[in-house]
Amino acid sequence: MDQFVDFNERLAAKGVSRREFMKFCGLMATVLGLPMTFAPKIAEAVATKRPTVVWMHFAECTGCTESFIRTTHPWTADIVLDIIDLAYHETIMAAAGDQAEEILEKTVKEQKGKYICICEGAIPTKDNGVYGKIHGKTFLEIANHVVKNAAATICVGACACDGGVQAAKPNPTAAKSVAEVTGVKTINIAGCPPNADNMVATIVHYLLLGKLPALDEQGRPLFAYGYLIHDNCPRRGHFENKEFVKEFGDAGAAKGWCLYEVGCAGPETYNNCPIIKWNQGTNWPIEAGHPCIGCSEKGFWDNASPFYVQK
Amino acid sequence: MARVVVDPIPRIEGHLRIEVEVENGKVKDAWSTGTLFRGLEIILQGRDPRDAHLLTQRSCGVCTLVHSLASVRAVEDALKIKIPPNARLVRNLTHAAQNMHDHPVHFYQLCALDWVDVVSALSADPAKTADLSAAVSGRPQTKKYYEGLKGKLKAFVDSGQLGPFANAYWGHPAYKLPPEANLMAVGHYLDNLRQQVHAAQMTAIWGAKNPHLQGHLPGGVTVVEQLNADRISQYLFMLKEQIAFLEEVYIPDVLAVASFYKDWTKIGGNKNFLAYGDFPQSDVEPDSFYFPRGAIFDGQLKALPVDVSKITEDVTRAWYEPGQPLHPSVGETKPLSGDALKGAVPDTKSKDGKYSWMKAPRYDGKVMEVGPLAQCLVSYVGGNKEIKETTDLVLKKLEVGPEALFSTIGRIGARAIKCLVNAKAAEKWTTELIENIKKGDTRTFTSYKLDETVNGQGFGLNDVARGSLGHWINIEKGKIKNYQQVVPSTWNLGPSDAKNQKSAVENALIGTPVADPKKPLEILRTVHSFDPCIACAVHVIDPQTNEIYKFRVS
Repeated sequence: MDQFVDFNERLAAKGVSRREFMKFCGLMATVLGLPMTFAPKIAEAVATKRPTVVWMHFAECTGCTESFIRTTHPWTADIVLDIIDLAYHETIMAAAGDQAEEILEKTVKEQKGKYICICEGAIPTKDNGVYGKIHGKTFLEIANHVVKNAAATICVGACACDGGVQAAKPNPTAAKSVAEVTGVKTINIAGCPPNADNMVATIVHYLLLGKLPALDEQGRPLFAYGYLIHDNCPRRGHFENKEFVKEFGDAGAAKGWCLYEVGCAGPETYNNCPIIKWNQGTNWPIEAGHPCIGCSEKGFWDNASPFYVQK
Repeated sequence: MARVVVDPIPRIEGHLRIEVEVENGKVKDAWSTGTLFRGLEIILQGRDPRDAHLLTQRSCGVCTLVHSLASVRAVEDALKIKIPPNARLVRNLTHAAQNMHDHPVHFYQLCALDWVDVVSALSADPAKTADLSAAVSGRPQTKKYYEGLKGKLKAFVDSGQLGPFANAYWGHPAYKLPPEANLMAVGHYLDNLRQQVHAAQMTAIWGAKNPHLQGHLPGGVTVVEQLNADRISQYLFMLKEQIAFLEEVYIPDVLAVASFYKDWTKIGGNKNFLAYGDFPQSDVEPDSFYFPRGAIFDGQLKALPVDVSKITEDVTRAWYEPGQPLHPSVGETKPLSGDALKGAVPDTKSKDGKYSWMKAPRYDGKVMEVGPLAQCLVSYVGGNKEIKETTDLVLKKLEVGPEALFSTIGRIGARAIKCLVNAKAAEKWTTELIENIKKGDTRTFTSYKLDETVNGQGFGLNDVARGSLGHWINIEKGKIKNYQQVVPSTWNLGPSDAKNQKSAVENALIGTPVADPKKPLEILRTVHSFDPCIACAVHVIDPQTNEIYKFRVS
């Protein structure tokens, strides 16, 4: 507990009160579906451990990183400065070229089996993976090296989880998921991109219990992906009453009716969007009158498209 | 002579490798390489044209939304759809908010560490830092605040776990800011992480979520009942908060950096610029664009009209079979694959002279720089009063002339100027939206037919956070026959061409001083000033088929 006392001092030094911090821990407990009595345990977990994290970018668009930095409980800076040791992350790290590569190598070697690897992006496998390289090495080589030596690997976003957009038909580069390429069982925070709150909650869960959260058959944490969009949709009543939007901009759209007939994939999609919403609870697709495109489901680019046609 | 390879280039979107040749302390030659290929155009073929905006938006999650905009405009052009005024305004407001997110994030998170020495901030005097912030910042902080910030920084460094700040070029002789300015900048680096959350929230007001918005589609926008007083006032008040940040923090910080690095107003410049223009203020395009369309040649402060048919792409130095430069509407794609790709190493001495996955776009056969500087220059001479006034004010404060804009610092400054002017214009568009709704016009979508009898060709041009973005689409029997994206980062960071004309970034790097080839900080400065965004630049070729793409500009 001594370290926890130090942590409180560190929080105080940066103007974060213990009350605010406990509020974050309470939020995390809620997202994770844990009883509120777990909040102090979360606080202790993030206070006593500051594990090294390497965040790899493969074939991707950086949308998952962008989503991650939309977090406010805690703010990104708090995570990076106080909760984890983010040793490698190409989008934000100061070091470049050889110096960046040196950090990665050092981490893999010196902290073998201890660091957390977060993967964003798919791995092109055609022609021995020549379609994606960093520092002269293919993503294929890098993934096998970095993922296999990690304590745990968390895939963020559709690309790392199942190949994503570049793996959509005809998959020109034979892009595959991190798990398929490395044979390592990964935790998959699905979505294109996933919600920041779900990413943060997964990391906290790992820190709290020292193991991965309960997962479904696709490797997705049940606390976030255990709910069908359709079951929690505020427009569900309209579905039951057969009140459907027939065309965008019509009278039904103005009344906020059900989007099922214009392609909504909510009935087949597991995610907590209607519960936690996006961007500090500002909105989410169905509330904005746009059908769910099923982005947390495997192969949604092929299976849920055409997106604006009834399934 | 020293060869310097920087791979990976961090603090960008995507995977980029830069190689330079240094002689007598200066860059003599430079090569820019995109090291990833994704293949999105091929994936688009045969799909529903309405889905293209969702798929192309995944080109980039940093400049999220903009490919969606270009795509819906391309489909609307092909199907001859005119969108209602409310849809145009909602798109403008959302796009403007995206810029308010994108530009400050670039300055603070992606480029500031090239100019700000974080370790030097540890020796700053908090009282003097408070004085400095009172003198230059519109949001001054107290001595107590800076004591706290310095303490936090010190505790972080003392922990020995330096995270993203490890192994950087701290202490490099090219860092010129005094410790107090560095400490102030560290504070704003952290403030920006909060500001960007709110800017992203603004895009979600009518765009559902960010990144990867779900509120646009060909024909207009999906929101109808959300076009209400509650949502509009949320946007407006958040906008005021953003404008305050831009005026009180972002612009003063850019000015502060520029004033300490005035030598960089003579480094890293180009002479030719292209801006497609953007933000339609009626359905007359491009004439009603708030930021005008135009091209600048040979560093002359004069904008010429743009002829879209003069855009070509050259593949001589990219991993393609040789071919003539062609317009994207009749473009040919004959990429190397299989065994031929065994030579696909970014070795600039490779036998075939090919070194990138990016094509090389040219305008009238010439290399053009695109981006906020191009848009700012074209607007400056093209009649945008607000850009002219703001730019003149900034130049006056720095005691430099307009020629200083043609530089690495000019590129960084123009981005801030464009961002502020854009944000203020958004106030005007919000008022227009209110007036329109007051009149009883609630339309947000135009109905159209799309079935197996529908054919059409079209294109959508936007000037987005990173510059001129164009999508070309060919619809046959209601499906996508062909799709092509010509994106800002291929203009700026592509390879050279058949005539050995270097790309904008390669040109800009030549002549850059490099104090220590083992720590090429100066290279990062110029590369980052372009705000490279490579994910969308690397999927413009087809490695599998030798299919000939045919488009017609309608």
